[in-house]
Amino acid sequence: MITDFEILETIQMFQEQHLDVRTITMGINLMDCATSSAEETCKRIYDKITRQAERLVSVGEDISREYRVPIIHKRISVTPISIVAASSGTKDYTCFARAMDAAAKACGVNFIGGFSALVQKGYTDSDRYLIESIPESLATTDFVCSSLNLATSRSGINMDAVRDMGRIIKQTAELTKDRDAIGCAKLVVFANAPEDNPFMAGAFLGPGEPECVINVGISGPGVIKSALETVRGEDLGVVAETIKKSAFKITRVGELVAREASSRLGVPFGIIDLSLAPTPVVGDSIARILEEFGLESCGAWGTTAALAMLNDAVKKGGTMASSFVGGLSGAFIPVSEDEGMIAAATKGALTLEKLEAMTCVCSVGLDMIAIPGDTPATTISGIIADEMAIGTFNNKTTAVRIIPMPGKGVGDFVEYGGLLGSAPIMSVNPASCADFINRGGRIPAPIHSMRN
Amino acid sequence: MKPMNNHTAVITVVGHDTIGIIASVSAILAEKRVNIKDITQTIMEDIFTMIMIVDMTESTISIKELADILDVLGEEIGLSIRLQHAGLFNAMHRI
Repeated sequence: MITDFEILETIQMFQEQHLDVRTITMGINLMDCATSSAEETCKRIYDKITRQAERLVSVGEDISREYRVPIIHKRISVTPISIVAASSGTKDYTCFARAMDAAAKACGVNFIGGFSALVQKGYTDSDRYLIESIPESLATTDFVCSSLNLATSRSGINMDAVRDMGRIIKQTAELTKDRDAIGCAKLVVFANAPEDNPFMAGAFLGPGEPECVINVGISGPGVIKSALETVRGEDLGVVAETIKKSAFKITRVGELVAREASSRLGVPFGIIDLSLAPTPVVGDSIARILEEFGLESCGAWGTTAALAMLNDAVKKGGTMASSFVGGLSGAFIPVSEDEGMIAAATKGALTLEKLEAMTCVCSVGLDMIAIPGDTPATTISGIIADEMAIGTFNNKTTAVRIIPMPGKGVGDFVEYGGLLGSAPIMSVNPASCADFINRGGRIPAPIHSMRN
Repeated sequence: MKPMNNHTAVITVVGHDTIGIIASVSAILAEKRVNIKDITQTIMEDIFTMIMIVDMTESTISIKELADILDVLGEEIGLSIRLQHAGLFNAMHRI
């Protein structure tokens, strides 16, 4: 029993406020693809992905058509390749990335995640081979995404890996410099990485996950922004309540799509990821929501408080709407993928340091940030170390996806177009942290990890 | 308040008011054996808005095919015609 008002409100959300389901991501276990031959392993990886995900795109399109809910991405996440490839006998893992890429293309999805390793407490030999293969793999494939878990609240921070990833990120940028270092847009490092995240570049299927699973990521910044426009000047309690109600409705759309996809594909439903994911389209921005709170520009003092409240209210509304919430579940603050963030960073209102503060209260972290190409690898490692510490010591997920653009400096732009958008190159504190990073070793787990 | 079941769909038509909008939509529905359960319409500042609740239990075509046919009709007469499974509205607005 639905009223005319509710019907028209729903249609407005889709037509004018850019409401969509951001991604249906199928997680596929690849552990049974491990063999002692790299060639055979690649073949099994390709065969298994294309078999399991054969109908993913067409089912997604059918649901989209019947409910008139835009479903922007259909994607695949797989078991971390460092586990799958460990016994393959090769040290060059680019062949596995190419097998994933070919499978993604055959299935018609636009990204495949899982060229990954979980190294929070140390490297296996396979983890090392995978990490050294990242630059070449991302340069020679189109759809493969790579992620690494460098830290957890239970294990502390693997500072050897933090040091190495500064270098790997620079190499990845260098190998893809003719395409604005796009390799770095497909590479993310985490603290406390969720094993069921449907969003790229960080999606992989963790070792505790089922054989095959459907995870769905919602979107909807435009809906929240429009709802807040109706309560201008009201106190913040009203703002929180308004966000919760909108988040409930948005999440229910995601839940409906997830349940339908799960039943039509015969694959269990995993989780809804309650993240507000922006796009560079006007009207689909997190920064503009924060400005609707009453800030002249995103990045002004008050931004962190507004973001904390937004993030919390979205979760409260979302958890009422779905019992199975997981993944990253929070507001994303990527710079290049958010029209308002791009504007704020371009005019200097939003700095790297402010973004770091914002990551303390939201998911996911320093995301899609372009920095000068001459930034030292150790400084990139320092940025990663700070972000890992925020996640590890506050029991939350944090991440870094950063683009040191070769040959460009502050004032220049990187341009990707599409959903990856564009980003002004932001200035980085020039003081060195090289001696700190080069110490290596591990930062011990925080005292509150001892809960047993 | 509109009655709903698993075969219920919602058709919304929005655009400039012209003669015969309801007639052309309902002619297609009758031909495909889609039963109209409820219609409301309003005209505000010459913008025509119609909400139609239909039961597709005996429909000779799928919801996707009907959506395609209505899209074509919408383009012909210059209106936005959306057919959507009613489950969407239930999911979003009912606990």
